[in-house]
Amino acid sequence: MIDRSLRRLLGVLLLSFGVLMVQVSRVQVLEAAELRNNPDNGRSILRDFNRPRGQILTSDGVVVAESESVFDSAFDYQRLYPEGALYAHSAGYYSFNLGASGVEKAYNDSLSGRSAELRLSGLNEFLGGAGQPGDVVMSISHALQSQAAELLGDRVGSVVMLEPDTGAIVALYSSPSFDPALLASHDGVAAEAASRALNTQKGNPRRPSAFADVYFPGSSFKVVTAAAILTTLGSPSAAGFDDTAVDPTNEYYPPLVSNRPIRNFGGRTCGGTLAEALATSCNTSFAYLAAERVGPDAMVDTAQAFGFNEELPLDIGGAVASVFPTDYGEQLRAPSEEVPAGVYANSAVLAQAALGQNSVAASPLMMSLVAAAVANGGLVPSPHVVSKVLSGDGTIVETVEPEPWRTAMAPDTALELRAMMKLAVTDGTAKQLQTPGLELGAKTGTAQVGEDLESSHAWVIGFAGDKGFAPDIAFAVFVAADADRPNQTGGGTAVPIARELVSSYFGLL
Amino acid sequence: MITSSPAGHPDSSARVSRLRPGSPRGVELTLLIGAGLLTTAAFGLAALATRSDTPPNVIPFLGLVLGLLGTAHVVVRRLAPMAEPTLLPLVAFLNGIGYVMIARLNENFAGRQSVWTLAGLVAFATTLVAFRDIRRLEQYRYLLALTGTALLLLPLLPIIGQEIRGARIWISLGLFTIQPGEFAKVVLTMFLAGYLVDKRELLTISTRRVAGLHVPDLRHFGPLGLAVAVALLVMVAERDLGSSLLFFTLFVVMMYLATSRLAYVLGGFGFFMAGSVVAYQMFGHVQRRVSAWLDPFADVNDSGFQVAEAAFAMADGGLLGTGLGEGTPDVIPAVTTDMIFAAIGEELGLVGAAAILVCFMLFVGAGFRVAMVASDPFEKLVAGGLTALLGFQVIVIVGGVTRLLPLTGVTLPFVSYGGSSLVANYVILAILIRISDSAVRRQPVTSSADPTYFGQ
Repeated sequence: MIDRSLRRLLGVLLLSFGVLMVQVSRVQVLEAAELRNNPDNGRSILRDFNRPRGQILTSDGVVVAESESVFDSAFDYQRLYPEGALYAHSAGYYSFNLGASGVEKAYNDSLSGRSAELRLSGLNEFLGGAGQPGDVVMSISHALQSQAAELLGDRVGSVVMLEPDTGAIVALYSSPSFDPALLASHDGVAAEAASRALNTQKGNPRRPSAFADVYFPGSSFKVVTAAAILTTLGSPSAAGFDDTAVDPTNEYYPPLVSNRPIRNFGGRTCGGTLAEALATSCNTSFAYLAAERVGPDAMVDTAQAFGFNEELPLDIGGAVASVFPTDYGEQLRAPSEEVPAGVYANSAVLAQAALGQNSVAASPLMMSLVAAAVANGGLVPSPHVVSKVLSGDGTIVETVEPEPWRTAMAPDTALELRAMMKLAVTDGTAKQLQTPGLELGAKTGTAQVGEDLESSHAWVIGFAGDKGFAPDIAFAVFVAADADRPNQTGGGTAVPIARELVSSYFGLL
Repeated sequence: MITSSPAGHPDSSARVSRLRPGSPRGVELTLLIGAGLLTTAAFGLAALATRSDTPPNVIPFLGLVLGLLGTAHVVVRRLAPMAEPTLLPLVAFLNGIGYVMIARLNENFAGRQSVWTLAGLVAFATTLVAFRDIRRLEQYRYLLALTGTALLLLPLLPIIGQEIRGARIWISLGLFTIQPGEFAKVVLTMFLAGYLVDKRELLTISTRRVAGLHVPDLRHFGPLGLAVAVALLVMVAERDLGSSLLFFTLFVVMMYLATSRLAYVLGGFGFFMAGSVVAYQMFGHVQRRVSAWLDPFADVNDSGFQVAEAAFAMADGGLLGTGLGEGTPDVIPAVTTDMIFAAIGEELGLVGAAAILVCFMLFVGAGFRVAMVASDPFEKLVAGGLTALLGFQVIVIVGGVTRLLPLTGVTLPFVSYGGSSLVANYVILAILIRISDSAVRRQPVTSSADPTYFGQ
């Protein structure tokens, strides 16, 4: 009798163990992903700080971020940034208290060994451990990056250089910058104090201004306007339109529906062909052509085809949208012989926007993509700072494939625009860029900030390559307006920086 | 073919121990070596891991633990040669893995746990030496009841009684503290077995009906009910939720085993529900436990913290685990004691956690087989009761850790850190081994060469 009860009791116990088994499987496998993603779950972060983490390297092999085993600290590994502030906006920081940014954030799975590729590559997985940490190699060149920082010096500004066909960024620096080690401190109180201090510092060094801030692009935007003109009106060389329609003796352009005339830089008179107008950065020509010949719809279409009004697909994220205004009010007059684009309530705004003024705002990265699109047959590349991921033993586990982001214009249009931008270097506002043996195209920009005519943003965007070949590199150099540095111009301030960097890129210095 | 005279004589036991490879002790030795190798390998992995606290100088302690288990085998060979051969290796494996986890979590605990293992083995050997025949205990059932209750009451005494984390279940003996309740559970099981064997027929046949239900005669049930009620009250007063739950379960189980009457189980369940409601109303800590069970993530930084962290740990472990010493189970409160199963789940994965559960299932299966093979009803009840006690303890704590049940603080037998629990469980092991040895010896000579434990 006891035996029968024993058997039943054993059945109950074994059944209960079966239920336990099911429950353990639920927690460990079926619901595991949900539990791991629970916002209250701090374990994965904690674990990552107690494990070695991969290095971040430049294309020329300089270690930008690495992990060092430490003792008597809150965690087992301390993140080190040997190059200090140089890569704060690209490689980023990795902090227990403050999270992560840049490559540290975007490639966290690779650096911590959690990506699928790394897990499979390690035998460790079979022993139940996590994968080996991977190393992330950036396309940024340490030589160019340090030179960019040096050339900007204490000025507020940004340098972006990238390969137009692949989108691989070779220099990405914003000044001012900061030392990521301040935020990566294991001393949480110190890290948070440093963070607060940085946030109140002049120029906001924490912001990667090269892609997280937008500024008036000024005349450098005329490249986009020129693309819109060529796309809408056809090529002047193919007699698509009479591009000499603007009288070169015009001192100003009187916008439609406005009594504020648009003048040229320094009160000059200019005009002529579209190429001449671009080379001399002729405001009156571009204002007229955009407002009265191209019209709002085509201008907006082209600007957005370049990527305006959309976040940029930078691989490390955080690249804000540049702005081109889209609202030009109601149509007051239908297109006519006299004004082929028609007259809109805000046609005057369009005339200003065509010059990169009014409410147009672009990040230095966006403007480098504008130059890249011209250099790359009209295709805007996807910009990226990471080129590949290596496993611990140096095998490539992931390569970033170049892919075009979007089409800004037709290949013919790009080729024509390329020639026009070259004219700006040979005969226009960017003459200082001329470098023996190289063929460059560029567009300068000097954007007045507010009513203070003395204080201007200085821009230059362009591309460079060996004579007779497609350009190898596109760039944007931006120096922010500074009340202490009056009379900054694109040609005088930004061009010398670009010239040095281009020369370095081609090994001419 | 063994033709020796009935065993129990030193000469015959020596001869039996030299049996051919298929002998119980040969199987036991082989399994023990396997368990030892697994433990050593796990220890090596933990020591190599970057996150482990396991320093090289804990290795002597590992040697001690392994040596002790080997000694246990020799002890069984000498004192209970015909005993069930899987119980000791299963315990060796559980104790070994538990020891590795404890060493990996806290090196100070590792040394102490190896000392407690020594104490456990001494208790194991002493039990085998002292009780050549468990049946003799039956006559001391009232002494056992008194002893058990006295043990339960010890922590309530001034000076030596200690309250730790809200539960007054400890007594301090200068150098160390012990939980007398762990031993009380064993002693009270024996009392229940003794009492029920004596009265089971009277309890089975009820003469009275109340509201249509058969109820046992108060004359026979009364003393038992009183003893159990006292024990439960003491545990509740000590705020030892886990133990009171376990002891009550044990009582119901023993009643059922002795009488085969489901009415006791149903009555017990009803009583349990009523008791739960009362406990919930009366005690704030019960309410907190229940709310932490229903939704640990609602108050994740306070009442739900322990259960939520355990869930996060096990989720991190996944199928194969982070690897020994590669996880961060240290953040779970009470990870070396109540929550050690979560640490195993994290670092050894579902595979490791399931292995632990399978070991307990095998242990429970073997324990019940011992009970079934035993010829004496008292031994049957003792073996069945102690095995069920251990099995339910595993269910209560693993269920608590995995959010299946409200968490109540009991140890995972043989695995958790904690001396009293370990020593008491080794006493249980010794009793099971003694009962199984006696059962085989008392069988007719012809079947003793073909022990019941093989080929089943």
